[in-house]
Amino acid sequence: MEVLATRNISKYFYEPEKFQVLKDITLTINRGEFLSLVGKSGCGKSTLMYVLSTMDTDYEGELEIAGQKLTGKNQDTLSAFRNEHIGFVFQFHYLLPEFTVLQNVMIPAMKRNQFSHEEIEYKAMERLKTLGVEQHAHKPSNKLSGGQQQRVAIARALINDPDIIMCDEPTGNLDSYNTHLVFDIFKQLTHEYKQTIIAVTHDDEFASKTDRIVQMSDGRIVQ
Amino acid sequence: MLGSRFKLTLEIAKVHLLSKPKQTIIAMLGVTFGIAMFIALVGLMTGLNDFTEEITMTSSPDIHIYKDVTSPRKTILQQTNPGSLSWVHHQKPKNELTKVRNAYRIMELIRKNEMVRGVAPALSSQVFYNYGPAQLNGSILGVDILEEDKLFGLKSKMKEGRIEELLATREGIIMGQGLAKKLDVKKGNRIVITTPEGHTMTLKIVGIFQMGIGVVDNVRCYANIGTVQTILQQDPSYVTDINIKLNDRHLAKKYAAELEAKYNTKAEDWETANATFLTGVIIRNIITYAVSVTLLIVAGFGIYNILNMTIYNKMKDIAILKAMGFAGGDVRSIFMIQSLIIGLIGAVAGLAIGYILSVLISKAPFNGGDIISLDHFPVNFDPKFYMIGVVFGVITTAVAGYMPSRKASGIDPIEILRGQ
Repeated sequence: MEVLATRNISKYFYEPEKFQVLKDITLTINRGEFLSLVGKSGCGKSTLMYVLSTMDTDYEGELEIAGQKLTGKNQDTLSAFRNEHIGFVFQFHYLLPEFTVLQNVMIPAMKRNQFSHEEIEYKAMERLKTLGVEQHAHKPSNKLSGGQQQRVAIARALINDPDIIMCDEPTGNLDSYNTHLVFDIFKQLTHEYKQTIIAVTHDDEFASKTDRIVQMSDGRIVQ
Repeated sequence: MLGSRFKLTLEIAKVHLLSKPKQTIIAMLGVTFGIAMFIALVGLMTGLNDFTEEITMTSSPDIHIYKDVTSPRKTILQQTNPGSLSWVHHQKPKNELTKVRNAYRIMELIRKNEMVRGVAPALSSQVFYNYGPAQLNGSILGVDILEEDKLFGLKSKMKEGRIEELLATREGIIMGQGLAKKLDVKKGNRIVITTPEGHTMTLKIVGIFQMGIGVVDNVRCYANIGTVQTILQQDPSYVTDINIKLNDRHLAKKYAAELEAKYNTKAEDWETANATFLTGVIIRNIITYAVSVTLLIVAGFGIYNILNMTIYNKMKDIAILKAMGFAGGDVRSIFMIQSLIIGLIGAVAGLAIGYILSVLISKAPFNGGDIISLDHFPVNFDPKFYMIGVVFGVITTAVAGYMPSRKASGIDPIEILRGQ
């Protein structure tokens, strides 16, 4: 069952001069797929991911996630959509430093405002347990190590049971131990929980172990 | 639903404020200082204004009817050649009495008007008070003392003696305190006065009054109207002034014009008579508000700067919040709430400090000198100004916070989140 589909997505940069970064990208991603987006620096893989993330709306073509057409929707609708359907993991953890680990995980769910505070707290603790950082739940988020912080960020991405998790170099800032740990968590999520994950990476070893590799070059999908 | 969503933005705003307490307190102090100064300044300025207005208004009539000998009249040339183009320079007033014609009849008619609180006749004359070989210049005011009291509350202004004693003593006077001091006289003393026409008379001081204004207390005496008529050797219908107090003194200007047309005499309202004083009030108000607004604008810049800095430091947080589904409006409210909290707490603290300052000022001894009798600063504690202070403070912070907040809401998360 497909969870994300694009039709003929093209995108241009206008600075310093007009330049086509994405050329006619048509891509379908199925539920539970662990997909890595690879390619040389400047090939447009990150740009594509930000178009897929709905944060970048300046493109041509069509984007559909979880059966909803998202092209042409306004920013507020897209914000609400991201909140419910997409989780993010970046190269840096981007945890809010003034909040505790648990609060950081809870924020997207509180924003969604579907469950009571207690239910959200319970769910957040469950996610932290899945990622093995529940013992740090009440610490300030900046007191954790880099690997622990990245795992908290993954827990945060999972809190609203998103259809897709999008990652931009999720292991780019981690040592090899934590890289393996994070990879195993992703693997477990896709296989046990049927979680769809799209990861932009330039780590070939990481990519080679994913279910599907999409190779990009000069703004096109080549493989 | 909406409530709990607001709770989240409020919570984030609160955490931001508490995580940098020093910065937050400095921003609040800016507002606090501005509002405190506003309250103290406005309290003192309006207190002084009200005080001087009070004493000027109680001692001067709302409408003053008199015969204006300097008012322009038709020249003989114009009377003999009507319609011709003529111009006479330096026309002198006619030698005529400053008497208001039919004064008692006019007063009777005016008294019937329901706007009018009281009408009193007066007969004023320049006199010299003889003090040994020296003569002091002053004025004597012949009045119906009971009517005068109704209009100007003379009873409460008496320092010595009672106004009724004037009724019992035909040749008595009630003297201004400043004048009594200059002449070194007390109640019960006798004093000789001389009119400009050269008539002299000995009068007995039956009381001393103090209006609180130097220009009155240092020159004026009250006497029975009949006494003054005798001194001036005029008939009992001789009245030079009619003083009117209205229930609402703001109607004075209109009513004065009406009277002037009706009785063909000069009727001056208090606004015209006290134009310089009113200009002073307006200027003091302008200064008060200008200073306060300047202080608040400075405070506003402080908040603007601090919020801008916070937003600059929180770029990453804003980006991730937007990625996770916070709309631009949510981000804007996070920062607007911060600036409003700063404004509100700062303003309330400002009110408290302003109140304390006002109390201290009102206790500070101040010598008004001979001009106005004042021993403490008069301070106005009108709650209206405290309301204005809060509203002012919150509006300033809202305006100062709006631009940085809008900037925060417009941040493009991709630019920040893209690694490299």
